[in-house]
Amino acid sequence: MATLADFKTTEKSWWCPGCGDFGVLAALQKSLVALDLDPEQLAIVAGIGCSGKIGNYVNGYNLHVVHGRVLPSAMGVKLANRDLTVIGTGGDGDAYAIGMGHFMHALRRNVNMTYLVMDNHIYGLTKGQYSPTSDTGFKTKTTPAGNIEQPVHPLTTAVAGGATFVAQGFSSWQPQLADLIQAGVRHPGFALINIISPCVTYNKVNTYDWYKQNLTNLANDDAYDPTDRVAALTKLNATDELVTGLIYRDPTSVPYEDRVAHLSKEPLAHQDAPVAQAVWDKILTQLG
Amino acid sequence: MAGTRGVAWKIGGDQGEGIDSTGDALATVANRMGYYVYGYKTFSSRIKGGHTNYKVRVATLPVEATTDTTDVLVALNQETIDKNVAEVPLGGLVLADAAFHPVLPAHRTGVHLIELPLTLIAKELGSVLMRNMVAVGASAALMNLPLAPFQDYVARRFGSKGEAVVGPNQAAVQRGYDQIRAEAGHLTQIRLGEPHPGDRVVITGNDALALGALAGGCRIMAAYPITPASDVMEALTKWMPLVGGVVVQSEDEIAAINLVIGAGFTGARAMTATSGPGFSLMQEALGLASMTETPVVVADIQRSGPSTGMPTKQEQSDLMQMLNGSHGESPRIVLTPSSIPEAFADGMDAFNLAEQYQCPVLIASDLSLGLWTQSVERSVLDRARVPIVRGPMVTERELADVPAGQFKRYALTESGVSPRSVPGMKHGQFLATGAEHAESGKVSEDPANRTQMMQKRFRKLDGFTRDAVFREGPLDADVTLLAVGSTVGILREAQGLLEAEGHRVGLVWLRVLAPFPTRAVIEALAGSRRVLVVEQNATGQVLSLLRTHGVGHEPRFHSFLKYDGVPFTPGEVVEQAAAVLDLAEVL
Repeated sequence: MATLADFKTTEKSWWCPGCGDFGVLAALQKSLVALDLDPEQLAIVAGIGCSGKIGNYVNGYNLHVVHGRVLPSAMGVKLANRDLTVIGTGGDGDAYAIGMGHFMHALRRNVNMTYLVMDNHIYGLTKGQYSPTSDTGFKTKTTPAGNIEQPVHPLTTAVAGGATFVAQGFSSWQPQLADLIQAGVRHPGFALINIISPCVTYNKVNTYDWYKQNLTNLANDDAYDPTDRVAALTKLNATDELVTGLIYRDPTSVPYEDRVAHLSKEPLAHQDAPVAQAVWDKILTQLG
Repeated sequence: MAGTRGVAWKIGGDQGEGIDSTGDALATVANRMGYYVYGYKTFSSRIKGGHTNYKVRVATLPVEATTDTTDVLVALNQETIDKNVAEVPLGGLVLADAAFHPVLPAHRTGVHLIELPLTLIAKELGSVLMRNMVAVGASAALMNLPLAPFQDYVARRFGSKGEAVVGPNQAAVQRGYDQIRAEAGHLTQIRLGEPHPGDRVVITGNDALALGALAGGCRIMAAYPITPASDVMEALTKWMPLVGGVVVQSEDEIAAINLVIGAGFTGARAMTATSGPGFSLMQEALGLASMTETPVVVADIQRSGPSTGMPTKQEQSDLMQMLNGSHGESPRIVLTPSSIPEAFADGMDAFNLAEQYQCPVLIASDLSLGLWTQSVERSVLDRARVPIVRGPMVTERELADVPAGQFKRYALTESGVSPRSVPGMKHGQFLATGAEHAESGKVSEDPANRTQMMQKRFRKLDGFTRDAVFREGPLDADVTLLAVGSTVGILREAQGLLEAEGHRVGLVWLRVLAPFPTRAVIEALAGSRRVLVVEQNATGQVLSLLRTHGVGHEPRFHSFLKYDGVPFTPGEVVEQAAAVLDLAEVL
């Protein structure tokens, strides 16, 4: 059985001291141990930005792709080897700006993977421009007079878009975040976990303290039923998405790869035989 | 109007009138009878309405190009006559539906107009839809082909729909045949000659490419629909379930190529197919595949650009994009199939090459090769033509000796290719990143490392071995015709015509554009007095590429370009070659 050390690399972190992403990394590594995974069974597909570096620090098979394309790449990984645990990671820019098109389609396809979005409402690695989740009025280098746009609502969008697992964690609330990651990995389908991961350098508004004052924790609401889609949308609307916990889960979820007719149960990655003669003859006969 | 060059038959009408199925019927039957066929469609980017035509060349020897002329023109409307009658030679036949009161232009003399009540006969038999089958029967009579194979075709094609459909359609074919024999049989001079029965299929280059990919071990295909590449995806959608694979219709071409990269990283053989606009969207990801040394296969079925251009028209203008697209400098392999057998071979070999060299393999097909049908020997489509070779990989036994986290995925080797691991292999974990990295995969901006890694990635292709340049005809030719892609078949036809006029003519075609086969090109052209580079683009991309590599600066090199969307005809090439041959000696 793997230990925490097995999921660490020798790479030194490039993140700023105090970055929320440290908490995400810790919760992820703890979850991988709790899930009893082995590093070679783990594929992490990471996007571009501060958050995209998370793969550098987790021992596993890591694919660090171009900006915004985590989800199609991760889908390719999963289709190639159904036995792998596939985790996509990225930031709010990667997921909800340049990658928003792929996000919408990942929701309705429901490939069995987990998507961790580290959301800090700012572009950090490019040194402080507004992001698609930045609040209206938020001042940055590219919104000096305050953001005139509305933020996207990724959780509401996800539930409405057909997601089968939607959760939100907070990098400071480790036990809940680790629980959500494990639940996401176990979920048979696409699991979105938006993770509030404050940027201590460029976002002086949405700070750790600000979130602690404004977040509602669903763990304290015994009456909340995460399998009720309408209740999920109502809760997200009522809290303006400032809520942590499992927001929605479809208990009937069937992953994409199980719905592909005749998809090999064996990993396609291991197949290197020519087409069987009988199959080939059948195809050529159809050609007429 | 006979002999080996065969007969050219064309049907024209509005899109949506069953022109394709009529042409397919003639092509399929002629092929089954043992003739060689070449099918060529003209169509527009719309579904209903607008002129469309389908030309089928039927010959007693293999043919890879369309003709300048049309011996039998079947017109379902006046527009078909107006637009196509110019290519009907003296003594040629125009078969027209009497329903639209066809007329020949006053200046067209020496052409026989045969009016047949196609629509009326079809209605009598129960449905106007059978008009095309009447035309098929009439065409058989005009080409002096036996009727029975056509009736067999109808029985097979409509068999699943029952006798109520087969019977009237066979009657339609019979009526068309009988009526021509009775009323116009004396007009036709067509005698095709004896067929050469064999085991052949009529397929497109796109079909062949898809078949090659399947045989080459492709099990994941992702693509976004685009003309003229969609039927690569459609063919694989039909066949993948038979081998346990999957085709994903992605949300865009960016998703398609990135999905393929994910699959390639994981160890599956994966591809995408697209055309110019989609290929443009894939540029950034090609750099990622190159940087992470991930095997990927991308087919670009080129069409007329730039931008939307003319989506249903032929061009060979994405070559520079395939060679140099994407920011930074990234090695890739570019293959250029020029025939159905080559499309099959390249579709298959691309996957071995991608894994052997761990880089993108791009297949530069084009609309004419992708969409037009040809007779091909079934034996050419050999699923075991080459074995599947996975390229350098580490074994789990070797990895067992590697300390945890120490596997050097990007080890600096002499060949530049580093044995790779794939997910699932114990101790083989590594970081594949588009950022510059050290041997371990860890990000590095060290100048010395950067230089070494750039050299390593390019060094891989130094050892590239694949027959890349092909030549036919005399080495000391008066003129050598040079092309890539579907243009090659046209040049072969032109070569025969020029030789018949007494010229010594060579034919050279390139199967690989990157890495560029400089020495082989020089050798293939060394003895030619003149070289005519024939390509379907406006800027002479093939000749430019030759010149980039130090070939083609001499005055004996000439360029023949066309970018109107219409493929070269053999006659056009003959004319241009003759003009080049007439030039004063320049050597």
